[in-house]
Amino acid sequence: MASNAESAEKIMLEYKKQGSPLPFVEEVLVKVLDSIGSGWEKGDYALSQVYMSGRICEDLLDKYLPDESEQRKNKPKMSIALLNDYHSLGKKIVYSTLRASGYHLHDYGRVEVEDLVENIMEDQVELVLISVLMFPSALQVKNVVNKLADYGCNVKIAVGGAPFRLDHRLWREVGADAVGYTAADALHIAKSFAGGTE
Amino acid sequence: MMSKEKMTSMQRVLTTLEHKEPDRVPLFLLLTTHGAKELGLSIKDYFSSAANVVEGQLRLLQKYKHDCLLGFFYAPAEIEAWGGEVIYYDDGPPNSGRPFIGSNAEIDRLSPPKIKETPVLQNILAAIRLLHQKSAGKTPVLGVAVSPFSVPVMQMGFDAYLDLIYGQPQLFERLMEINEAFCVDWANAQLEAGATAICYFDPVSSPTIIPRDDYLTTGYLVAKRTINRINGPVATHLASGIALPIIDDIVETGSGAVGISASEDLAKIKEACRGKLTIIGNLNGIEMARWNEQETAAAVKAAIAKGAPGGGFILADNHGEIPWQVPGDVLLALSEAVRTHGCYPIDRELDKNE
Repeated sequence: MASNAESAEKIMLEYKKQGSPLPFVEEVLVKVLDSIGSGWEKGDYALSQVYMSGRICEDLLDKYLPDESEQRKNKPKMSIALLNDYHSLGKKIVYSTLRASGYHLHDYGRVEVEDLVENIMEDQVELVLISVLMFPSALQVKNVVNKLADYGCNVKIAVGGAPFRLDHRLWREVGADAVGYTAADALHIAKSFAGGTE
Repeated sequence: MMSKEKMTSMQRVLTTLEHKEPDRVPLFLLLTTHGAKELGLSIKDYFSSAANVVEGQLRLLQKYKHDCLLGFFYAPAEIEAWGGEVIYYDDGPPNSGRPFIGSNAEIDRLSPPKIKETPVLQNILAAIRLLHQKSAGKTPVLGVAVSPFSVPVMQMGFDAYLDLIYGQPQLFERLMEINEAFCVDWANAQLEAGATAICYFDPVSSPTIIPRDDYLTTGYLVAKRTINRINGPVATHLASGIALPIIDDIVETGSGAVGISASEDLAKIKEACRGKLTIIGNLNGIEMARWNEQETAAAVKAAIAKGAPGGGFILADNHGEIPWQVPGDVLLALSEAVRTHGCYPIDRELDKNE
């Protein structure tokens, strides 16, 4: 892992000679992470590789494009949460991938329905990414959607995690606006909700 | 062709494990929390007593007429034994809470739980003893041990564990040594209590989670060392992870069967496993929650047509545990469909017929 991180940094420093690290983000990191994420879906890569590559890229970008940087993408205003479960790998992978791609997002950590709704209302986010592992947790998304509707909140909700990968109709049944099966999908979702052309 | 003489569940399962054709395809409904429904108890109350679980398993066997009794309570029972937290839900299996290994430095201080001094493990052993007695040798009783290579996901969290595997190989080996000692003792205690076989629950070894090259230097070696010391038959379950690229490796670990993913092509898996490894699977447990009778029959027919010819096949869900949300009507339809379409000899065009 250390040698991969060093190689990635060398490439980045070449780009940085031209000024901002952003071209490196757009031309290299986003494409690499997209390709690895999609590769997992096809069975070309394992989840451990998706996780480690996301971590390397995130560490690199944190070094050269810290959270407070004005060059971070603040659109859409978004957050990520793990609902009910304690299995946080999926959320971490998506969080790392988005941050390594230059996005800024709030991490609510592991939350239950009430706390999640409260956080979303308070932060007035435009897009929330909800990760789950267990089937009952996936069904809890419906409660989040209903409570937010009761408050008249029109945040967009994207979901991801094993139950949604196994049942491609489930995300609609729980009332989500989008589903991501891979970290690459999360990138596309963020881009589309930012008003991009995805 | 004449239909075969009716077998007991035990005969049916043993025959298929020998890669021969029994009277019909064995069906494992791997039901845990459904026992609580049968007894009208909350999931937490249900698992608090071995007698409840035994009664629940017997009622489920009677109702759905499938082919096993499950001596498994919930995966985090092992974490409870290590001193970790278990969280109960009203509508799903208990889950492990916050990881109890907070830092890598704690690994050196870990020692395996003593089975005789751990109430939750004693409860499970008591249930297995009773199930074994009640089955009178006619129905296999399944025990479960989470693999030493996969249990760290609950012990320390998935991300911290991957960091350990790739960043601190010596400490990883130390953790495996401790976990292997517990897993062997725990599996053998279940066999001594009367379990017919052990399900070695090992999702992290799936190529969905770790590349085969890395598996061969980690989970594969752990499985080989561990399974070699388990004094009974072992089935490896990858819990929805894919299996095809490591089928031959699983055979080498000493496992006699493999639980496969719903996302895999059963025909290809059958080809790879033929004569070497019995397949357990691969009905989609999540979609199952909203199947109707026709969809249930179609899924059963498709799986049987691809997996059952020649034996070496047990119909089950893909994950090793059927969700609480799957209704009894679907389970009855499943059982009925196996009885209707699963008698040997199998029509290989079964899934194409109306």
